[in-house]
Amino acid sequence: MKIHEYQAKSLLKKYNIPIQDGYVIENSCDIEKTINNVSNDFQTKDFVVKAQIHAGGRGKGGGVKYSEDVKSAIQNSENILGMNLITHQTGEQGKIVNKIFITEAFDIQKEYYVAITLDRTRNMDVFMVSTEGGVNIEEVANKTPEKIFKLWINPVDDLTDNEANKIGVNLGFKDKLLQESIQIFKNMYKCYKELDCSILEINPLITSTDSKIIALDAKMNFDNSALYRQKEIHGMQDLTEEDSTELEAKKFNLNYIKLEGNVGCMVNGAGLAMATMDIIKLSGGEPANFLDVGGAASAETIKNGFKIILKDKNVKAVLINIFGGIVRCDRVANGVVEAVNELGLVVPVVVRLEGTNADIAKEILSNSNVKIISASDLKDAAIKVVTEAIK
Amino acid sequence: MSIIINNDTKVIVQGITGSEGTFHSEQMLKYGTKIVAGVTPGKGGKVVLDDKIPVFNNMKEAKNSTNANASIIFVPPRFAGNAIIEAAEANIETIVCISEGIPIRDMIKAKKITDDRNITLIGPNCPGVITVDECKLGIMPGFIAKKGNIGVISKSGTLTYEAIDQLVKNGLGQTTALGIGGDPIIGTDMKKAIQLFENDNDTKGIVVIGEIGGTMEIDAAYWVKDHSTKPIVGFIAGKTAPPGRRMGHAGAIISGGDETADAKMKIMDNCGIHVCESPSEIGKKMNEIINI
Repeated sequence: MKIHEYQAKSLLKKYNIPIQDGYVIENSCDIEKTINNVSNDFQTKDFVVKAQIHAGGRGKGGGVKYSEDVKSAIQNSENILGMNLITHQTGEQGKIVNKIFITEAFDIQKEYYVAITLDRTRNMDVFMVSTEGGVNIEEVANKTPEKIFKLWINPVDDLTDNEANKIGVNLGFKDKLLQESIQIFKNMYKCYKELDCSILEINPLITSTDSKIIALDAKMNFDNSALYRQKEIHGMQDLTEEDSTELEAKKFNLNYIKLEGNVGCMVNGAGLAMATMDIIKLSGGEPANFLDVGGAASAETIKNGFKIILKDKNVKAVLINIFGGIVRCDRVANGVVEAVNELGLVVPVVVRLEGTNADIAKEILSNSNVKIISASDLKDAAIKVVTEAIK
Repeated sequence: MSIIINNDTKVIVQGITGSEGTFHSEQMLKYGTKIVAGVTPGKGGKVVLDDKIPVFNNMKEAKNSTNANASIIFVPPRFAGNAIIEAAEANIETIVCISEGIPIRDMIKAKKITDDRNITLIGPNCPGVITVDECKLGIMPGFIAKKGNIGVISKSGTLTYEAIDQLVKNGLGQTTALGIGGDPIIGTDMKKAIQLFENDNDTKGIVVIGEIGGTMEIDAAYWVKDHSTKPIVGFIAGKTAPPGRRMGHAGAIISGGDETADAKMKIMDNCGIHVCESPSEIGKKMNEIINI
């Protein structure tokens, strides 16, 4: 799960990490009042106006503007709030900016990159830091990997003073700033661990011309599996950032992701669902979605799956691919018949059923009055559904 | 011969009184798996499954009373990390964890403990292991597998079944098939699983099925290049997956260049693995390259 910059910063603040602070607004009539509040509460004459969307590259897309005085802050706020922001992470269609974060501004002396995430290869958390802050870290990793310092953390320990010291020294901090940075790194790891983060990234972490260390930006993602014990974090979820169909699918316990193509698919199991998308593409079609109906596909699940897939008006044909293990194919077949009878057959449906009770299932389908196209195996199914979609 | 489990494997089911635990215990018993005990805290003293299987309150008691060497975990995800640790501390040699949705932080800890003790952990978030006609420690439909000489390794459940089915339709049976799990942190990774099959005399060929996300397929491929003597067929699911989205499995997300299906397939191919472009060619491809 992702949260916004202003939410991430509020969490960092709780962990005593100095942040560039401010107030968030959604309504343009609050702009002037809020800028004055930021000015008074944070003792600042200049400001930064920052679009709050779940995507990187906001600055380059025009969603972050330095404002030298109240007047320009008002102007920038009016421009950014409600704009359609396009960055390399939003895709071409962009994202509407529903919230802006108006913050104090700092004179930057130097920018750093600091992040903690999971290193899957070593099964350990890793601190990644660089003196090349404020830029796209993937580029730094590709062009000058020697400029990234990594420190792996023993899973059963916390970050020690010694380790935090190493990170600070590596970034070139000295004396008072080194001591401050040690505390910041230790607090970052505490925050990361206690809140079940999957990434905690501060880019940039800056030193200001008046010698302070400050988190200028913050990105936090969380482990979805741990949200049950992170109630506060869960409450921060911004539903306007999620696809409405995907949210609805979640209510039915379906795992759905919308894609750009016109061949809908409904599959049991995530791996087989991906493989089904792949073979649709290999057969000359484009998958319209990823949909894993899970290990307990019943008639009800199939019906809900159909409804979700058919919300996408691009869908011209649907492939149901079920390999029954625990899932019994006869139940799936009954679900298909029920769903088609209830919802009507608006697009051609190709069905491939294999595994537990597949024979009974085929009988159910052929004895029913619904017009379903049967397929004998994965390849046959893909070819048939793609043919139907381009008819 | 086979890997990980066989006729002599004696099993404790952790979470045996839950609905999943009960259902799959029945299925495993039918397959011939030697289940000797179950564990559910607070239900110790009961005897379940037609009065055949004693239930204990904890793993230590269950292990001491039965001398089991393996366990399978069906407990809810929020308790599953501790269930793994409890099994490890009771000196269980092979632990299969079926539960899906274990917090990563819990798994980092459990993984460290099982690794330090040299325990074979399979999963979590996996369909388990089956050694054909001997022992099933998992939730896969046993009837689809046939005894033979191919080892199967997969990150995904139903895609494992698909591969087994295609092998059988091409006249090829299996020694052992295992689903290693689709989570970011798993016990036995792809390289380790290939090494086990490499050392098994009965296994003449290996199928490896990976997916987008992480780099374990690449680590495995480089090991294969330098060490493997057996023909290997490979497939990576998720060629059409959009970057940055989590595709069902917690670990199936592309975050870097080497984590895409194309990158993995290319490296596997360069390392001598026979890569299938299409998931429907797995059985056929193995049939073409193997001489049994």
